[in-house]
Amino acid sequence: MMPSGVEKGGVTLLKDLFGKRKKYATIPNHQAKTDVPEGLMQKCDGCHKIFYRKEMKKNLNVCPNCGHHHTLLAWDRIECLFNMDSFEEWDKDLITSNPLQFPGYEEKMEQDRLKTGLNEGIITGKGFIEDQAVAVAVMDSSFRMGSMGSVIGEKIARAIENAREQSLPFIIFTASGGARMQEGVLSLMQMTKTSIAIKRFSDAGGLMISVMTHPTTGGVSASFASLGDYNFAEPGALIGFAGRRIIEQTIREKLPDDFQTAEFQLKHGQLDKVVHRHEMKALFTTLLDMHKEGGEIS
Amino acid sequence: MKQVMEFEKPIVNLKEKIAELKNFTKDSEIDLTEEINTLEKRLSVLEDDIYGNLKPWQRVQMARHQDRPTTLEYIEKLFSNFIEFHGDRLFGDDEAIVAGIAYYKDRPVTVIGHQRGKDTKENIRRNFGMPHPEGYRKALRHMKQAEKFNRPVICFIDTKGAYPGKAAEERGQSEAIARNLMEMAGLKVPIICIVIGEGGSGGALALGVGDHIHMLENSTYSVISPEGAAALLWKDSGLAQKAAETMKITSYDLKQLGVIDNIIPEPKGGAHRDVDQQAVYMDHIIEESLRVLKDHTPEELLEKRWEKYKQIGDFATL
Repeated sequence: MMPSGVEKGGVTLLKDLFGKRKKYATIPNHQAKTDVPEGLMQKCDGCHKIFYRKEMKKNLNVCPNCGHHHTLLAWDRIECLFNMDSFEEWDKDLITSNPLQFPGYEEKMEQDRLKTGLNEGIITGKGFIEDQAVAVAVMDSSFRMGSMGSVIGEKIARAIENAREQSLPFIIFTASGGARMQEGVLSLMQMTKTSIAIKRFSDAGGLMISVMTHPTTGGVSASFASLGDYNFAEPGALIGFAGRRIIEQTIREKLPDDFQTAEFQLKHGQLDKVVHRHEMKALFTTLLDMHKEGGEIS
Repeated sequence: MKQVMEFEKPIVNLKEKIAELKNFTKDSEIDLTEEINTLEKRLSVLEDDIYGNLKPWQRVQMARHQDRPTTLEYIEKLFSNFIEFHGDRLFGDDEAIVAGIAYYKDRPVTVIGHQRGKDTKENIRRNFGMPHPEGYRKALRHMKQAEKFNRPVICFIDTKGAYPGKAAEERGQSEAIARNLMEMAGLKVPIICIVIGEGGSGGALALGVGDHIHMLENSTYSVISPEGAAALLWKDSGLAQKAAETMKITSYDLKQLGVIDNIIPEPKGGAHRDVDQQAVYMDHIIEESLRVLKDHTPEELLEKRWEKYKQIGDFATL
């Protein structure tokens, strides 16, 4: 087989001969970019085919053609799993206090609150999957990349404590770039806070299911995301501790394309299962049922 | 000759001058005692002024100083009969973490710590004190053994962070750190953690869950290095100095934020200038911590540990 570099070289040479090679690139202006009414069409990040946004949404943001899993906002996630009439949100009103007095942080938070309609990058609460009550935490990567500060740590810890006290299973969907820089070491300490809460819950016999969605990295991956009794991930999700760029700089080596994907983690024994979004609810239903006996908190 | 940091040059220069004058007085008729006395007074004032008001960035330099004492040096000063044990029983032995048992004043304890090298050769062997998953799993194995034999655990924290490498990711760096956090949360013996140099993010935290957390005065503890923070937040790693201030990473900051229990003072000019004195300061704190913690039942210990971490963090209500 001819190496691809040579092949490409050959094509370029032919084009050059016929003088058809573009010597410049067209950069679409802002106007052109927004000509298509926002929200009508959506291009798949995987296969680049174009779909009606409605069609994509109906398919839970999974590409109907290639199966690429696009981001699912926290409320959309909750809606597709839970009976919304009985969903009870917890600690909705917690917001950051900017504990380090970090310049510009509060303005950024305000922008994201307006952009997303959320107060923080997580929703916690109690809901029913079929007839089984569970405590749930769903992170939202559209809010500050789902980065974890004091509020997220507190909301997760409280949700787990509630689960322990009310004898509920606990399900968490992670989506986070890691710790929130603007809260410094307090962000780091949320890893500890949540891990201790999980330990208490686990020791009491509680069932915890973790689902890592794109992306789950840094301090989130190195704490609660990895501490479920079952650790799942969505297809293609980026999961890892250190960032690809930092690793490439450290080891001076190009990393394979599939590095730190859900499939890579599965292959290396770090996950129980990679689960298609469409199969998530059925899996939960079965798992919850299997843990009814003996899975209850004493 | 200790490596001299930029900000302490005035002190070193003055010291050299005094030494010169003293030397001169020895072999000459002229009496310079008065001048020397004046200069020594000035030196004392200068030392207080510089070392007493270190800026965050200067503390970062202290924490990273090539002569800064490492875990093994403190172990030698603080404990007796230290026996190092190796390996995680799963993959290998990570020399970026040392672990073993020793006597602390006739009482057996488990000692675990990050271990940097003192020179390039040792640093390569110890991966500059940046552990792989097997390092954290070795640490955990020792902690569980400490629990079995009812020994307190003393952890020394000194790392730039968990190693960001391909193999580390493949073997589950995230899981190894997360597992340690969770298991340390439930360990039924006292855990005392002391940050002795750099406390770099999750890689530090994986040895850092305990009943009492102490920091040497000039050590740092942070979610990210000042250079990393500057690159991430302002796209310019040259702003590390500014980041060191904004990120609140010094022992004084952490005490104020309620993250640590005590600041352990350092000798004038830093731990590397007088390791014996530094060990004495640490000894006081370890003794006090063990005295307080030994009376707790395991249940009380765990309840207090939860109470301690539960309140870390700050938020507001809409």
